[in-house]
Amino acid sequence: MSQTIIEIQNLEKVYATGEEVKVRALKGVSLKIEQGTYVAIMGSSGSGKSTMLNLLGCLDRPSSGSYFLGGEDVATMNDDQLSIVRGKKIGFVFQSYNLIHQLTVIENIHVPLFYQGIDLNDCRKKCEDLAKLVGLGERMDHRPKQLSGGQQQRVAIARSLVNDPILLLADEPTGNLDSKTGTEILNLLDELNANGKTIVLVTHDDEVAERAHRVIVMKDGLIDKDTTRKPSSFLTGQPGQKLPLHA
Amino acid sequence: MLRFSLFRTIELGVKSLLLHKMRSLLTMLGIIFGVCSVIAMLAIGEGASYEAQESIKKLGSNNILIRSVKPPEDNKANNSSGRSSAVEYGITYEDADRILATIPGVKRLVPMRIIRDNVRFNQSNLPSQIIGTYPIYADIGGLDLVRGRFLSMNDETHMENICVLTLSLAENLFPYQDPLTTQVRIGADYYRVVGIVREKSTAKSRAQPGGGNEGQPLDFNVYIPLSTARSRFGETLFKRSAGSFEAERVQLHQLTVECQNESLVEKAVPQIKQILLRFHKKKDYEFIVPLQLLRQAEQTKRIFNIVLGSIAAISLVVGGIGIMNIMLATVTERTREIGIRRALGARKNDIIVQFLIETVVLSVSGGLIGVLLGVVTPIMVSHFTDMKTVITFWSLIIAFGISAAIGVLFGIYPASRAANLHPIEALRNE
Repeated sequence: MSQTIIEIQNLEKVYATGEEVKVRALKGVSLKIEQGTYVAIMGSSGSGKSTMLNLLGCLDRPSSGSYFLGGEDVATMNDDQLSIVRGKKIGFVFQSYNLIHQLTVIENIHVPLFYQGIDLNDCRKKCEDLAKLVGLGERMDHRPKQLSGGQQQRVAIARSLVNDPILLLADEPTGNLDSKTGTEILNLLDELNANGKTIVLVTHDDEVAERAHRVIVMKDGLIDKDTTRKPSSFLTGQPGQKLPLHA
Repeated sequence: MLRFSLFRTIELGVKSLLLHKMRSLLTMLGIIFGVCSVIAMLAIGEGASYEAQESIKKLGSNNILIRSVKPPEDNKANNSSGRSSAVEYGITYEDADRILATIPGVKRLVPMRIIRDNVRFNQSNLPSQIIGTYPIYADIGGLDLVRGRFLSMNDETHMENICVLTLSLAENLFPYQDPLTTQVRIGADYYRVVGIVREKSTAKSRAQPGGGNEGQPLDFNVYIPLSTARSRFGETLFKRSAGSFEAERVQLHQLTVECQNESLVEKAVPQIKQILLRFHKKKDYEFIVPLQLLRQAEQTKRIFNIVLGSIAAISLVVGGIGIMNIMLATVTERTREIGIRRALGARKNDIIVQFLIETVVLSVSGGLIGVLLGVVTPIMVSHFTDMKTVITFWSLIIAFGISAAIGVLFGIYPASRAANLHPIEALRNE
């Protein structure tokens, strides 16, 4: 019943760092992620988890292997096609928030839709709803610099949801936050997952990984461990708090 | 479906530029000054050549002017031998007859004697030019009749003591009376005023080519029949200077040869020169050919425009390089933003358009300010220096168009550099 969101087969990524020197960052990884799962990818630095995230996020193309995202073969796509896939299917949450500082909160949330040719005036309601959802309904015209780290990350999460992505990619979302705000952000992600969002989160913090249903540990460009701790509440039909996500 | 809304992108560009107001302004300065100087320089150049051409046109493009000039070597000889003997030089009546008889295409001749003397009426005494000439002078010399009549053939044959005054002279001489039918005294004789004339386009005729008589203010002129001038003033003219007399014998001071059309002018000039060469031992005459002057003026203007064009091009290119420099710095500074946008679905083209539009906004607003200043500057110049300026519409279009084009041209490189950044690398940039 549940749909496969990510399906990768023998994914390899080789970086040519010099004339002769080649680094195999990924050495043939195969993975399948179902819709609604909350996956944490862990691993020490150099284990290939960043490369993995870049490939999953369609920011880069694999050297070999196949990658189906939502049933679409993205491994062979060109740059423009990948841009469109990123804009339509993926939501990004970064460690350092990555908001555009000359834009207001509402404009930042709108950016992914801007590149799909949707004017802010045509989707203002949606952007405002998302700002309210992450608790920033009062600060829609603030600029990122006027917000705290936690608030900025909330904006980033709102932005990652505006295009109704099938996959939410979070790269150390709590890395720059204190534990209290970090927990708030993680709670927000939990809620989103409980409402059916597929989340892939990269972290090296065990506590953060704790919240995921499935933890993948990477080592030397390969999957070392892949443990499913508990079934997704969404999959077991026990949705958490109701969020007015698609009102 | 439009993939990006142009308006939003422009809005975004303006927003990004306003984030660094000082930097944007300084960047624009190059273009502002470039555009401003192009328009201002062209306007001043155009004004100067317009003035020159107008005054040349006034002389008549069908005309050839021959003037009597005192030969310089003669001057020295005279000084050493003594002051009393009269210097004889210049064009003669015979020259005029020969030219009319032999040169094809000559329509008519207007001989002129020009005598400097005072014109008196009651207490008024004004130094003027007494011009003895034929009635047709009015056509060739470009005179407008204000009142009364000009000289007639009858006056000429009867050696009448009549005169025609220029308007400004009449106004100065007769502040209260009606000048017509009154008499003015020139030298020892009285002349009846029969008409008042005005120079055509007297507005600004200061800068006349050729110097000499034409260089003087033309305002105080008295026109009398040539025959009258011959008989009343004689051939010998005395110049009083610093207590000494200087006498010269000149038959005609100026001869205006009117040809039937412009094409005959250039043929006639060498022929007339040949005739004069045969009968004059010294070169005691000079030629003024308005048509040639006009051609020269046009040539000069062309060279002037080329020089201005190159200066303008250089300054605009320098301005463009300034913009490119800043945009490259901006791209480096905003690498992160580019990475974010790429991750959120922006294609390479979207990034190119974004940065290109920023560059174009910079150069176009610089161009607009430049056009504004470029229009104001010549107006100020005209206002304060009395120099004529002509702002041509095409110079505005060209200056503005080039500045916009420069924005695109110099924006492409920084924009494509921004677009070709790898999203991952760009995101990793701190």
